[in-house]
Amino acid sequence: MIRIENAGHWFRPEHWLFRNLSFSLAPSEVMAILGPNGAGKTTLLRAVCGTLALKQGAVHAEAQIGYVPQALHSDHAYTALDMVLLGRSRYLGRFNSPGRRDKVRAQECLHEVGLSDIAGQRYDRLSGGQRQLVLLARALASDCRILVLDEPASALDLANQGIVLRLIRHLARARDLAVLLTTHHPDHALGIADKALLMLRDAAHVYGAAQDVLTEDNLARMYGVPVRRVEVCAGDETIAAIVPLHGLGRYGGDSGKSAGRAPARRLIGTDTLRHRKRSALLAVRGQMKIRPSTHPANAPSLSPTAEIRPEISSSPA
Amino acid sequence: MTQDAIPQAQAFERTRTGPDTWLPVLYIALGVALISALLWSMVSGRYQVPFGHVVAILAAHVVDLTPSWTPTELIVVEVVRLPRVLTAAIAGAGLSLCGAVLQGLFRNPLVGPQTIGVSSGAALGGVTAILFFGFDNFVQIGAFVGAAAALLAVLAIHRSDSLSPILTLVLAGVVVSAFCGALVGLATYVADPETKLPDIVFWLLGSFASATWPKLSLLSVCTAVAGVVLLGMRWRINVLSLGDEDARSLGVNPARDRVILLTATCLAISAQVAVSGTIGWVGLVIPNLARLMVGADHRRLLPVSTLMGAVFLVVADTLARDLTAAEIPVGIVTAIVGTPVFAYLLRRNTSSKTS
Repeated sequence: MIRIENAGHWFRPEHWLFRNLSFSLAPSEVMAILGPNGAGKTTLLRAVCGTLALKQGAVHAEAQIGYVPQALHSDHAYTALDMVLLGRSRYLGRFNSPGRRDKVRAQECLHEVGLSDIAGQRYDRLSGGQRQLVLLARALASDCRILVLDEPASALDLANQGIVLRLIRHLARARDLAVLLTTHHPDHALGIADKALLMLRDAAHVYGAAQDVLTEDNLARMYGVPVRRVEVCAGDETIAAIVPLHGLGRYGGDSGKSAGRAPARRLIGTDTLRHRKRSALLAVRGQMKIRPSTHPANAPSLSPTAEIRPEISSSPA
Repeated sequence: MTQDAIPQAQAFERTRTGPDTWLPVLYIALGVALISALLWSMVSGRYQVPFGHVVAILAAHVVDLTPSWTPTELIVVEVVRLPRVLTAAIAGAGLSLCGAVLQGLFRNPLVGPQTIGVSSGAALGGVTAILFFGFDNFVQIGAFVGAAAALLAVLAIHRSDSLSPILTLVLAGVVVSAFCGALVGLATYVADPETKLPDIVFWLLGSFASATWPKLSLLSVCTAVAGVVLLGMRWRINVLSLGDEDARSLGVNPARDRVILLTATCLAISAQVAVSGTIGWVGLVIPNLARLMVGADHRRLLPVSTLMGAVFLVVADTLARDLTAAEIPVGIVTAIVGTPVFAYLLRRNTSSKTS
């Protein structure tokens, strides 16, 4: 449905942001673009939407593209319904205003993202999650077959991230949309994307099926931070999660000794981490009783009592 | 999914009738206010004409009436006051409409017709004309040329592919305004204080005292053409107010639409300046008041703002005429009324942002 061939772009001559980039998307496929800040994700999206002319390569879109920007700007005092109606502008002449049919279409789209009840409220008074959904509805109202989203879940809290991502996946399947989104959360890409494009430093990139591409090695190479890919089992579903090893974790009892030490030296093994993450999640859901890990170094940070008085209980003495 | 969406939409339609039902009432109220203001303006003044006589003189154009009025009253109403109040109404309507459009285009409620340099360009053109040719038809031509030159200069400085096109456009307007202001200052400095200077100063301050039927027809033709374009593109202004990037992604070419809209505003503003001098604050304050009443949607904002501007300037002109024995330039009245309102709006805007 959309095909990008051999794309390349730079802002400073010959400082390629990306080059020789080719990918394609079929209906109901979701593709995630990941990359560090400044890697050219948004530039690539603008090229896909046709608002930026590439220095190299071409974009072939066979259908209407709907673009969903980040819901950062909130100074528009239009109602939510009017915001969605703006998506119909493509079909209106210069001297026309939307008519009854446009309004019905806009209301359908608002309903589809579950916001019928706030249609009359002002856009600038909505929450961040609601604003993101209104912008999504606006793109849907333009009757697009290709949906392009710029970091749809970045500014949202955990619950709203889930709502928006589930909705995107549902829309891709139910309306046969080809979905292209950028994200800073590899977890999100693993959760909803079929394909992933990793934009690395020095105009390099990795492209392929999301599950194959989002490996610990690739992600570590991309962000320059070691990561662990873990599986969290909750009930009957398994959720893939990416845990960066920033060195923000807690290091057992010898806090005095670890001070000033490079975090990389104290990396914890994958299996320990998997165990930690899983038990923490199940504990939150009340499905598992937390027991202190048998591993002496890990015990304090897992034990609930340690949360209250970590320094005392974890003292090796 | 769409099957159950439609009843939902209809249910919503019923609950939403609130603002849509009182909107016609607002239009009717503004229409009544405009007619009352026009009649009041024709009744009052140094030479008091009875209300009944004013209505009768106006009605005589439509139906046969035996004259109950004196010939002087006829001249005062038909030759002096009618063109003047209509000029004030149309100028006010045009200024407020242009102000609302510019505020939408530049996404800044503190923008007015002066901001893009058109008013000062027109003023410079008019002053130059007075300086070299005296106070007659050349003023109108000069104002047109000045406004168009100012707009072209602004568009030449401005680059649509710069990082923030909106900001560079406003700054280009500031630059051109400053340049025109300097030249106007120079012109008033060198003008002959006996013959030219009073004309220039009075005209620059803004007044409808010199309104005549030919000037009125010039103003109304220009304002009507601009008004049709601007009101016709009211939904496009909604799209453009989202910003260039968003507008482009919604399938609208912002650059071309902006040129059309700016040319239309330039036409209306320069006609107003040519006829009655620079009148500030109307195009800045009235759209903000209208926005408080009907919200930011330009489909409602533009017509409401137009009507409110007409009422406001007719009232302001009547006050300018009647408050003191000698006539005050109407630009001073609009500034005296406008600045406190603007200060209030500024405070209100900034406090609602922080809360």
